[in-house]
Amino acid sequence: MNEFILVRVVVKIMVPFILLFALYVQMHGDYGPGGGFQAGVVFATGIIVYTIVFGIRRAVEAVPMSAVMGMVCCGLILYAGTGFATMALGGEYLNYSVLDSADPAHGQHVGIIIIELGVGITVAGVLTAVFLVFAERRARR
Amino acid sequence: MNAVEFVMGHALQWGSVALLMIGLYIVMTRGNLIKKVAGLNIFQGGVFLFYISIANVRDGTAPIVHEDAVLYSNPLPHVLILTAIVVAVATTSLALALIVRIRESYGSIEEDEMAEADMG
Amino acid sequence: MTDEFSIFGLVLLLIVLALAVVRLTSLLAVAILAGAMSFILAAVYTLLDAVDVAFTEAVVGAGISLALMLAAISLTTREEAPWRRRPAERILALLVSLVSGAGLLYATLDMPLLGDPTAPATLHVAARYIAESPASTGVPNMVTAILASYRGFDTLGEVAVIFTAGVGVIALLRHWREDRA
Repeated sequence: MNEFILVRVVVKIMVPFILLFALYVQMHGDYGPGGGFQAGVVFATGIIVYTIVFGIRRAVEAVPMSAVMGMVCCGLILYAGTGFATMALGGEYLNYSVLDSADPAHGQHVGIIIIELGVGITVAGVLTAVFLVFAERRARR
Repeated sequence: MNAVEFVMGHALQWGSVALLMIGLYIVMTRGNLIKKVAGLNIFQGGVFLFYISIANVRDGTAPIVHEDAVLYSNPLPHVLILTAIVVAVATTSLALALIVRIRESYGSIEEDEMAEADMG
Repeated sequence: MTDEFSIFGLVLLLIVLALAVVRLTSLLAVAILAGAMSFILAAVYTLLDAVDVAFTEAVVGAGISLALMLAAISLTTREEAPWRRRPAERILALLVSLVSGAGLLYATLDMPLLGDPTAPATLHVAARYIAESPASTGVPNMVTAILASYRGFDTLGEVAVIFTAGVGVIALLRHWREDRA
């Protein structure tokens, strides 16, 4: 898509805002529609649009494959690790109330934010990785 | 209960059954693997629509706390379908990756051509 | 009432698009129609008060699914081969889907009507979630609260499924050998 200058300019302006919107959806998921699943997908969409317009070479320069695979693992580890952390603090697995001994409801809120972050990182990583390996395969034809 | 209420109350369920039937028909009759995946997605759409129709409550609002709201729709089916949609796209991507590999080793993604290649 | 009529209109449109997918042989058109169906489904979910689900369906179905379908089509083929099934097989498939559809239609006659506030699904556990979840978690969005806290194990399983699918795709499609060289 190198010949479409309008598309290139518009996408260059849009991508940072798409990624910012993903962070907004992630953090505002407690108060409005949104959450980790949606934020991860929006984040991946931003990188996919960049890949489609600027090509796989520049995309993997900006988002190296190893970093994406790290995201895939880190999200799941963060989620499962929170469960072990609550166990270490004396609660059941994934019982977030123990995260704040003074106020169980606040502990729940903190736990939900961490969990949603784990979900968002894994979903963003998986969907980005999937599109990047498809695009890499196409580029090596 | 009169006939109009009966039809209005069940029409959405019938619509999701229709989507399910069309998806099933595509999966059974088409030999092209990508078309089969598209059929499975229509099938899934029917199931999701059915679940969300169960969650709806008349005069209710979206399940986000709001001081003017009296009735909320049932949040549990929303949670189930929300995660199901994302899992569906992950499994679809796995299916598409398998299809790409099948194309590379058989040179085709049509079922009958693959069967011919297997026969030798 | 107007809400219900717009829902039925959109669902009718969905069925027409699904029938178009049956007839079309261009996979590119099929992928784009699938994206359009996702947008219509998202509109239906919004009208049914499922805003979180609508958001997910819009970004997943029309965004990611379409991009992945197009990527797969560009790596395989654009056109479906002409139909080679025997008519008897087609009729059998039509019969199977009609019979299973008729069974489901018969089952829906016992279902509560759309939006019935006394339906069993809205009476038992849902009432407790709505009454308790905002206070006990401090999160106003009940869907997020149930997803992450009440059904935390379920969501952990879903994330593990997504993780496994992603690892599977990477294992299937990545050129490992050239990377090492």
